Amino acid sequence: MSNAAVPHQTSSSVPDAGWLRRALASDVFYSFRRSRLTMVAAAVTLLLFLLAIAAPLLAVQNPFDPAQLQLMNSRIEPLWTAEGQSPFLLGTDEQGRDVFSAILYGLRISLTVGVLGVVFSGALGILLGLVAGYFGGAIDSLIMRIADVQLTFPAILIALLVNGVAKSVFGNRLDAMSTLAVLVFAIGLSFWVQYARTVRGSVMVEKNKDYVAAAQLIGLPAHVIMLRHVLPNTMGPILVIATINLALAIITEATLSFLGAGMPDTMPSLGTLIRIGNNYLFSGEWWIVAFPGIALAALILSINLLGDWLRDALNPKLR
Amino acid sequence: MTEPVLSVHNLSVEFVTRHSVLRAIDGISFDIAKGEVLGVVGESGAGKSVTGLAVIGLIDPPGRLSGGEIYLSGLRIDNLPPEEMRRIRGKRIGMIFQDPLTSLNPLYKIGDQLVETIRTHSTLSESAARKRAIDLLAEVGIPAPDKRIDAYPHEFSGGMRQRVVIALAICAEPELIIADEPTTALDVSVQAQIIALIKRLGRDHGTAVMLVTHDMGVIAETSDRVAVMYSGRVAEIGPVRDVVQNPLHPYAKGLMGAIPTLAGNTERLVQIPGSMPRLSAIPPGCSFNPRCAFAFDRCRVERPEPMMHGTQAVACHLYDTPAKVSAA
Amino acid sequence: MLAFTLRRAIQAIGVMIAVGIISFSMFRFAGDPVNQIVSIDTSAAERANIRASLGLDDPVLVQFTRYLVNAAQFKFGVSYQFRLPVADLLKERMPATLELATCATILAMIFGILMGVYCALRRDTLLAKLFQAVSLIGISLPTFLIGILLIYLFAVTLGWLPSFGRGDVVPIGWWTTGLLTLSGLKALILPSITLGLFQMTLIMRLVRAEMLEVLRTDYIRFARARGLTTRAIHFGHALKNTLVPVITVAGLQFGSVIAFAIITETVFQWPGMGLLFVQAVQNVDIPIMAAYLIMVSLIFVTINLVVDILYTVVDPRLRATVGHTT
Repeated sequence: MSNAAVPHQTSSSVPDAGWLRRALASDVFYSFRRSRLTMVAAAVTLLLFLLAIAAPLLAVQNPFDPAQLQLMNSRIEPLWTAEGQSPFLLGTDEQGRDVFSAILYGLRISLTVGVLGVVFSGALGILLGLVAGYFGGAIDSLIMRIADVQLTFPAILIALLVNGVAKSVFGNRLDAMSTLAVLVFAIGLSFWVQYARTVRGSVMVEKNKDYVAAAQLIGLPAHVIMLRHVLPNTMGPILVIATINLALAIITEATLSFLGAGMPDTMPSLGTLIRIGNNYLFSGEWWIVAFPGIALAALILSINLLGDWLRDALNPKLR
Repeated sequence: MTEPVLSVHNLSVEFVTRHSVLRAIDGISFDIAKGEVLGVVGESGAGKSVTGLAVIGLIDPPGRLSGGEIYLSGLRIDNLPPEEMRRIRGKRIGMIFQDPLTSLNPLYKIGDQLVETIRTHSTLSESAARKRAIDLLAEVGIPAPDKRIDAYPHEFSGGMRQRVVIALAICAEPELIIADEPTTALDVSVQAQIIALIKRLGRDHGTAVMLVTHDMGVIAETSDRVAVMYSGRVAEIGPVRDVVQNPLHPYAKGLMGAIPTLAGNTERLVQIPGSMPRLSAIPPGCSFNPRCAFAFDRCRVERPEPMMHGTQAVACHLYDTPAKVSAA
Repeated sequence: MLAFTLRRAIQAIGVMIAVGIISFSMFRFAGDPVNQIVSIDTSAAERANIRASLGLDDPVLVQFTRYLVNAAQFKFGVSYQFRLPVADLLKERMPATLELATCATILAMIFGILMGVYCALRRDTLLAKLFQAVSLIGISLPTFLIGILLIYLFAVTLGWLPSFGRGDVVPIGWWTTGLLTLSGLKALILPSITLGLFQMTLIMRLVRAEMLEVLRTDYIRFARARGLTTRAIHFGHALKNTLVPVITVAGLQFGSVIAFAIITETVFQWPGMGLLFVQAVQNVDIPIMAAYLIMVSLIFVTINLVVDILYTVVDPRLRATVGHTT
């Protein structure tokens, strides 16, 4: 009996083992190591991020630059088929665009919109959550009512509406960079609610604790108390929401682009590439849609797996 | 002497965790005779509830029975196939849990829950089962049972709900009732009624009762014999009067010293220093030795086995005589 | 009970007014209603005339009230693209969307519940793990990718099912149904699966989690202690308690299904409201967007209200308590 308990005893009672040792012995890391699937997901996510960052070094052409595209190279099949041609690893599309290069650059756009969207929605949600939780009263009711109402509508609908209105206000012909900004804005407005609810909840709990009262007593201003003391306590859940929302944001961007309400053909994201490729599905050029589709699916699946694992690891009760 | 209704020999229960195997129950033995009430007392985590669950066969993974035998009126039940054990549960062993608020399915009328249970263990028709259900509700003291039978659990008070739970536990006239902290979640005024009810039912039907509680007062009032548990072992077991008035095990002494008496002639209530060890850190030898005022070297290395001392069996080296306790 | 229903109804009206404000703002400020009527070479004076005749010079509050009154009568103005009343366009498209959404929801409920129960009860079997993996993929893959995949498999490669449109439809009054023709039913299969898959995985995960939770409750333990059969415990007690929240969620999700139909309808060129809406967003047809928002919100709010009231009917605890809590 007591023998069996020894490993647990030693691992938790070694003092000053350093943060790395502590991290390696932690429950979070334990569950990470135990799940091979999570490790694969982490590796794939990392790989896709690196590919996106290193796109200019790896791509055989810049797919955004029409001058580099040659129509004589159009509709070439992937390299390993009989009709394949070097250097077009995954074939080319209608305009002679190298599918592999387009995926690398498209990945960049998708990840940029996703990450910026998550940052924007996170910032908005955290801010509104802090305000609602800390001040309470009418502001709180107003913010939470809006959140309740918005939560009943799917994000994609809100994003589409924001997108449509933005197009109407700024005129239908937005350049690619402005479209990207609109997408980030639309995604941000669609996903803030969960952060706000989580942060508000913890603020309400923390607000009544002694250390906050003490901080108030010694005259720390409200924003310092919230940012320095209350916010750090909510970081775990926020990280989980952000990871899962990154996948959602990427899906939303891809969907908008697929529906023709997102990134234009001249600066395609993965969603745009799939929309373009979908037109060639019936004529047998499956590779134009298949590879961007696989890339998108791999990206989302890996991030979701990471998010799932993170949620379980930080909150074992949910398992 | 007739065969005991329940006989537990050297029972052990383990829980397998990520880090280790925790032994929640470590070789306990006791008997309960027909019509007898055995009180099982101890701190939280001493293994009282796990013992009850082990007897009725509801230890779920990661827990498992790792040793010993359990006999119900001579029939060995710890190794029965699940389906056979299921037929015994509710029919020959009834169980009452701590919290009547959560023990009843909120979406079913109490009559439906009673009828379902009765019909599971008998061949009664729907209407006969319903009649029996009304009789049972009357027996446990629910007023206007013919009307209340169609009420939902939330329409009853806590005490009334515990009566319904008891009716459910006794509906097949079991030989043994295991009551796991049946009064802990109830108001003090209701506690006495429920205790009286359990005692009366045991007497009227000759049912053996295993009453698990941390409340020595309840034990003293209800039980014929008492088992004092500490860290998954039985520290002392014997007739309730003897154990209360003349506890032998130092832990039992501390426990009895902690009961306030009406006479008020004790100068102060005794407090046992320290707390019960976690299951992952049970000390070698006697598990009570770090807190024991009388501990000597042997207590730190050798585990004491229960030994008869008068009417009581006690697991303590202070009373070491050659006469070892037998299953009787 | 009555007070509860009334309060919920008032809340629903509040939400609709909020949606009305957003919709009106889009209609009035993001798009210029005058453009609905005039061409590019209309003179400024004429524009001003039209502006006045449309009441666009009235105080905003007056215009808003007029907009709400019109919207309540399903008058949403004229589409920029089609030069037709938006209400007529929506009415024509609505049957397609509702049939698709209903089919998808039924599919999702049946398979979601079956798989969820299986995963909860046989949690360590290979099949349960397979379902879990499929559910993760179902949640991860964007709807349009699943649609494309299904089209590639069943329409392009195998040629079994059509890849677009509704097939032949039969008019019943103003409603048109594809449920009565073979081609209509065949056309419904792939879009229903595509649309229902996400809901199915959601329901499956919810049923599994909820059932595991219920199986841990005291009343299940007590049911086991009473010796009830495993079947009675699992499919009587546990399932009933599991399904109450699950059906609520599934009901609430029906609104989302209609909104998600936007994507499925685009992939399959399904002539429903969603496709109309996407085309409106692409072509900045504000009246359609504003009207779609109101219509979908109305469906949402109605469903929410109905589910809230039904919930109190299903759960006896709430029947007694809703009167004086929250």
